Amino acid sequence: MNCDICHTEKATIFFSQMAEGKLQKVNLCKVCADDKGVTDPTGFALADMLEGMGKQTAVDTGPARNELVCGSCGFTQTDFKKTGRFGCADCYHVFDEGLDGLLEAMHKHTRHVGKAPQSFPEANDRAAASAPVSVAETNPRARLSELRQALSKSVEDEDYEEAARLRDAISRLETILGES
Amino acid sequence: MRFSTLLKKPAEWMRTTGPENDIVMTSRVRLARNLVGFPFPGWAKKDDRTRVMEKVRPALEELAEMKDSFSEEMTQLTAIEKQVLVERHLISREHAAKGPGCATVMNRKQTVSVMINEEDHLRMQAIRPGLQLLAAYRSLDQIDTELEVDLPYAFDRQYGYLTACPTNLGTGMRASAMLHLPGLVLSEQINQTIQGANKIGLAVRGLYGEGTEALANLFQISNQNTLGMREEDIIAHLDRVIGQLIANEKNARMKILEDRPTMMQDQIGRAFAVLKYAHIISSKEALNHLSMIRLGCDLGFIPEEERECITVLLTEIQPAHLQISAKCKLSPEERDILRADIIRKSLIGLTPPDFGSILTNRDNDDE
Repeated sequence: MNCDICHTEKATIFFSQMAEGKLQKVNLCKVCADDKGVTDPTGFALADMLEGMGKQTAVDTGPARNELVCGSCGFTQTDFKKTGRFGCADCYHVFDEGLDGLLEAMHKHTRHVGKAPQSFPEANDRAAASAPVSVAETNPRARLSELRQALSKSVEDEDYEEAARLRDAISRLETILGES
Repeated sequence: MRFSTLLKKPAEWMRTTGPENDIVMTSRVRLARNLVGFPFPGWAKKDDRTRVMEKVRPALEELAEMKDSFSEEMTQLTAIEKQVLVERHLISREHAAKGPGCATVMNRKQTVSVMINEEDHLRMQAIRPGLQLLAAYRSLDQIDTELEVDLPYAFDRQYGYLTACPTNLGTGMRASAMLHLPGLVLSEQINQTIQGANKIGLAVRGLYGEGTEALANLFQISNQNTLGMREEDIIAHLDRVIGQLIANEKNARMKILEDRPTMMQDQIGRAFAVLKYAHIISSKEALNHLSMIRLGCDLGFIPEEERECITVLLTEIQPAHLQISAKCKLSPEERDILRADIIRKSLIGLTPPDFGSILTNRDNDDE
């Protein structure tokens, strides 16, 4: 088993924690464990780390759900778990569920504020960069993942009418995009 | 430019100096960029990689900065040539293992180098002597801005520059400085220092990056976070921490000179003796002794003129450089002999360290 952070070294340090009725596991190699301060009892907060990585590493106890596949390059969620890398730029939208949690753990931030190409003038403007963005208006795949996120939220909130509406919207969009 | 031309000259950073050069060997900044519409190199098929290379390589070669550059496909280089580029920090170990559709382009001065289809479509690097992270970034930023006219980059308003690995997302920037920290090693404060840096989001690595050993008391310190901070802020943060490390290293050296001057003399004297007279020497032993000679220069025991020679030797005695100079493949045993030969020749004019300035403290030495 490889380390959940670097994905290259063999994991030798294992952490488990029960949170919200789910077993969460983090597997680390020595180097990443040291990097994260895991080996230093004062400097490490397992909870913080799990919060960031939980969605990536939660042990799936329910029935296997349909695996996400990137329509542009054919990359799958399993490929990401295996390599820790994405297949193409579009993967960032296809697999964006839980991505913010992962980014939060890696970078302590989830939003870019640095340089942008000249062709993205609005992104060069700091004010615009901190305003909510919706790529979904132009990108149907991004819209799809937005809908999927909304669906999990409505299920969490036990708003089943909204969930049903979203489920139908998702399946319509999936048919259009040729995904299932 | 041909490979042989590239080889003849040591990189510009070795021959010139920069701010804080006694402790900071080099400053490096790299940017990761990808093109829209192509899978990332690790997932791309050979044809896609080749198409990316065919777009990127000419765009790079046209830049004013890359005039008369060294530009080669990885398949056209021998294993030893690739290893030479690794030893000069011009390409990564991972890139050296790459095949079709991968290439390397670098300028004559070896201050800017670009890997095509390493983990990302473009990995560009600028290297400067001493502590000059911002200057290195500015020069690379300019190249990046010129390139984006011809090469449509994969960019997202929320996530920034999209990279194969989310650890590089956002700015795609990794800034790192190579620090020479013998004082912190000798006074056994180095592990503490590394852990401290890790806690504030910086990585400390050995001479050749991730997972490599700290040889010659050289350590690379770099930012780990690339998302959510402006490039200039990441560099300012690193600069502050490096400034503190420099102060700590200087204190550690002074403390050793005060408390244990004989130990310091012994380390530098031994290094001098071994390097001047050894006929068989391993890379590790040589690097560690060269580190002590460099420290001797910093402390004024060894003439300042020797510094450049020591810096060049750090690279020249690496395995691939030795084999290039021998013009044949060498066994490890043969390398150890040639290495000792080269060092003895280079240091022929080196006079014994002059410890006059600390001899007066000797009576107080409790070692």
